[in-house]
Amino acid sequence: MSAIENISFDHSELLRFITAGSVDDGKSTLIGRLLHDSKSIFEDQLSAITHTSRKRGMEAVDLSLLTDGLQAEREQGITIDVAYRYFATPKRKFIIADTPGHEQYTRNMVTGASTANLAIILIDARKGVLTQSRRHAYLASLVGIPHLVVAVNKMDLVDYSQDVFERICQEFHRFVAGLNLKNIAYIPMSALNGDMVVERGNNLGWYEGMTLMDLLEKVPVDHDINLEDFRFPVQLVCRPQTEEWHDFRGYMGRIESGSISVGDEVQVLPSGLTSRIKEIVTYEGNVEDAVAPQSVTLTIEDHLDISRGDMLVKISQLPQVTKEFDAMLCWLSEQSLDPRRKYLIKHSTRLVKAVISRIEYRLDINTLKHEAADILKMNDIARVSLKVHQPLVWDAYQRNHATGSFIVIDEVTNNTVAAGMICPSKG
Amino acid sequence: MDVILNQMDEFAPVAGPVAGLVMKNEPMVIKRRVARQLSHLEALESEAIHIMREVAAECANPALLFSGGKDSIVLLRLAEKAFRPGRFPFPLMHVDTGHNFPEVIEFRDRRVKQLGERLIVASMEDSIKQGRVVLRSENQSRNPFQSVTLLDAIAEHGFDACIGGARRDEEKARAKERIFSFRDEFGQWDPKNQRPELWDLYNARVHPGENIRVFPISNWTELDVWEYISREGLEVPHIYFAHRRDVIRRGSGLLPISHLVQPKEGEKVENLMVRFRTVGDMSCTCPVESTAVGIGEIIAETAVTRITERGATRMDDQTSEASMELRKREGYF
Ligand SMILES: Nc1nc2c(ncn2[C@@H]2O[C@H](COP(=O)(O)OP(=O)(O)OP(=O)(O)O)[C@@H](O)[C@H]2O)c(=O)[nH]1
Ligand SMILES: [Mg+2]
Repeated sequence: MSAIENISFDHSELLRFITAGSVDDGKSTLIGRLLHDSKSIFEDQLSAITHTSRKRGMEAVDLSLLTDGLQAEREQGITIDVAYRYFATPKRKFIIADTPGHEQYTRNMVTGASTANLAIILIDARKGVLTQSRRHAYLASLVGIPHLVVAVNKMDLVDYSQDVFERICQEFHRFVAGLNLKNIAYIPMSALNGDMVVERGNNLGWYEGMTLMDLLEKVPVDHDINLEDFRFPVQLVCRPQTEEWHDFRGYMGRIESGSISVGDEVQVLPSGLTSRIKEIVTYEGNVEDAVAPQSVTLTIEDHLDISRGDMLVKISQLPQVTKEFDAMLCWLSEQSLDPRRKYLIKHSTRLVKAVISRIEYRLDINTLKHEAADILKMNDIARVSLKVHQPLVWDAYQRNHATGSFIVIDEVTNNTVAAGMICPSKG
Repeated sequence: MDVILNQMDEFAPVAGPVAGLVMKNEPMVIKRRVARQLSHLEALESEAIHIMREVAAECANPALLFSGGKDSIVLLRLAEKAFRPGRFPFPLMHVDTGHNFPEVIEFRDRRVKQLGERLIVASMEDSIKQGRVVLRSENQSRNPFQSVTLLDAIAEHGFDACIGGARRDEEKARAKERIFSFRDEFGQWDPKNQRPELWDLYNARVHPGENIRVFPISNWTELDVWEYISREGLEVPHIYFAHRRDVIRRGSGLLPISHLVQPKEGEKVENLMVRFRTVGDMSCTCPVESTAVGIGEIIAETAVTRITERGATRMDDQTSEASMELRKREGYF
């Protein structure tokens, strides 16, 4: 049985998107509005938030309560951490991550952004493009989200003015000109009243583009999977040592990119030893070939020393294997980066000790200019050079998200303190 | 050529005033063969297998929480897919409230035997006998006290990770949860200060006494779970299918008559066709009226339901606005 026959053709595609932007721009309200107007709110949820809104003395239902589910969020009327929501239309399935706008919680926005296919950046029509709007747009581009929607919200508070809308679009457009963001759509809307969210409403007649919902259903879903380069980080070695499976030695993991077939020649990195794929084992039985992002178990022709942290690749598509590399780093922790300290890096299935040997520059988020820096504080974005204790097997993040990303862990607190994206080598 | 960048040219802003969105007509450079794209369920399955294997590799002493309910039934199949032909690298654990549906316990034991894996039963009766749990009445809901028994069992066995079947679509506090969710030495969840979780690079590191709760099916919906059960041909306890049962109407729901629930004055016992959407503590788990006697019909009903799973079935979630969040902070899963 081949993998191609095995895999059903799925008509209900999945789009993962986030809302982002500055505090109070209306992200949570927009999600609530989108779910409400697409009839995706359940009756008991609606009655619960209606009840809570009334208890708080509000006349209309506060739709932001749908995602602001924590007590502390409801007390303060802000979003603190990402909320995930699931809904489907006849065209698509959606996973929404409603992220916080508050600067203090940028790390939670990055959490939501790292797995998204599309980001909606909200901008308050009265306030225009703020630092936090820029930061979020930059982060969206940095983590490689392929589609951006700029939602100019609260149009009801500026008389639904086309001039205001266009001025904000121009301003944003100038800012992102230097970024790696090619697919940008601009939509004027009122999340509060529902104009241009699911329905067009009666107030924005001058706008001829799609509603947000239209766009979400039509935008092509780009999975950020590289289909060229076979990358198989070994998660576990399976040695059942039962009678039936006496000599079985399988390498368990997920194909992060590319595809593999029985008989393909593979190289084990970092050791450099080579062999051929003998079997592709799945619970349903052996298959002839498999593609990303399938989780499988591989066996090879030869007895090689392979363990967790090693990566199987094809000889024709070699990644980099080095102890030094450059990366863009988002510092996420309240504790600043201390360049004298050792940190842990988790990259694919490998955990290594690392030092950040140099901060090449820190980014000024408003001007995108590079500035010198000795330390990195929470929310700083910087280009750094790293040295690791054992070689890593990597590709540039731009080429391969799975083998180009890493997290930095503080050995003392065990906290995740930074997110890293590896830059192409300079040579 | 860079594959990822190639796919980005399809949408472009309009020249001049940058309003709206325009699709270019020339075909996109696609290197992907669409027929080889995984389906929605296959992608969710692969994600869950990857998560379970990360737990096995990074945690010294994990356990998988198995209740006999549909979500944990799915977890077991995922564990088979993750670890066969090897054995599970963890024991199964059930926090037994003593208020379970007998069919579910019978099913639990049968399933464990089929798999040939080890089951640990952490019993709330023991917690009660030891005075760790004090109940107001014998028949009250025991759900809130599961945390005590669970945390005691985690301490006793020294577990540093517990794999659970909670899903983000179940409840508003669960919607906020990480896939690898950190618990401090008191078993507490701090929703205001969760670890960032980027891509699928999970941080499972803990100090002694702390633990991680891992939710491999975080991104699954109730519908996904039923579709998967159907696709895999998994057996589930009979009470998930429509059957006749004596119930009373109390509050907004139906309550099943049992030794724990007897009609109060003025309450009428009715014999209705019902099924359970969740199975939990018998004293507070409500069935819904249904005629779905097979998986296909359950899927059809789930696809059009207007009430959430917990909204329809769990009285204890409705006691206050934040009851789930409060229980989770205390160590509930
Ligand atoms: N007039 C008007 N008010 C809006 C609109 N959208 C949101 N609001 C209001 O703006 C306030 C903030 O809305 P939220 O949805 O909580 O904002 P947010 O962006 O999610 O905020 P954080 O998550 O904390 O960053 C609330 O009082 C909303 O009712 C809109 O289109 N028009
Ligand atoms: Mg919000």
